[in-house]
Amino acid sequence: MKPTYPLKLSCKDAAALMLAREDRALPLANRAALRLHLAICAACPRFERQLLTMRNAMKQWRGYVDGES
Amino acid sequence: MLTTHPDAFEQQIASHRDYLLRFARLQLRNDTWAEDAVSETLLAALARPQAFAQRSQLKTWLVGILKHKVIDALRQQGREISLSSSDEDASADDLLDQALFAPDGHFAEPPADWGNPEQELGSRQFFAVLEACTSKLPAAQGRLFLMREWLELSSDEICKELALTPTNLYVQLHRARQRLRECLDLNWFASPKAP
Repeated sequence: MKPTYPLKLSCKDAAALMLAREDRALPLANRAALRLHLAICAACPRFERQLLTMRNAMKQWRGYVDGES
Repeated sequence: MLTTHPDAFEQQIASHRDYLLRFARLQLRNDTWAEDAVSETLLAALARPQAFAQRSQLKTWLVGILKHKVIDALRQQGREISLSSSDEDASADDLLDQALFAPDGHFAEPPADWGNPEQELGSRQFFAVLEACTSKLPAAQGRLFLMREWLELSSDEICKELALTPTNLYVQLHRARQRLRECLDLNWFASPKAP
């Protein structure tokens, strides 16, 4: 891995963490780094909202599949 | 329910067969396994109509049984299922990453604003696109993704059921989510929608 400051993420790193977050709890250091990155980045919050939309979509789909709607 | 005609109950149950088969196929990615799981579901339902007596929704009850049968099938076929995706899939995933990000790790283009599509996400059309995108995932990825998203198993449970390492599972789920995002971006959020 390339040497980086532990708290400094590229968008690619941040996106990878946001995707990972959907399936597992992130270590504190990752959560902190991601939060800092999201605060200063214009593009990544959009990616975050897309993933949130996907999560909502899957939830609604599940209800639809399971015959509840 | 106990006093209704048995034949009517049987017909009602059979009328949901195609519906159940659609989701068994999507999850199992194998027609034979899917048909077996659905047959077992229908037989189990017929064998104990009294179990339905308290329930309001026949479909919901059947889907609940189907999920158990599907998990049984996944467990039995675990070895075949846990095969990681091929090199071809992996390089396709690399290409996806290369399209999304510049060499310096920035987004090549900022992710699109998907807006607030809460209402339209519930539409039949959207679900059709979502299912099409899911079915286009490579088989191993698609199975793992739906084990999370439809069967609602935890990552730990999936690893245990299929004897997968967490690392392998996370890589597959990561790729599946990335592909699905890309597919929805192209096929739903980017294209003009019919009213």
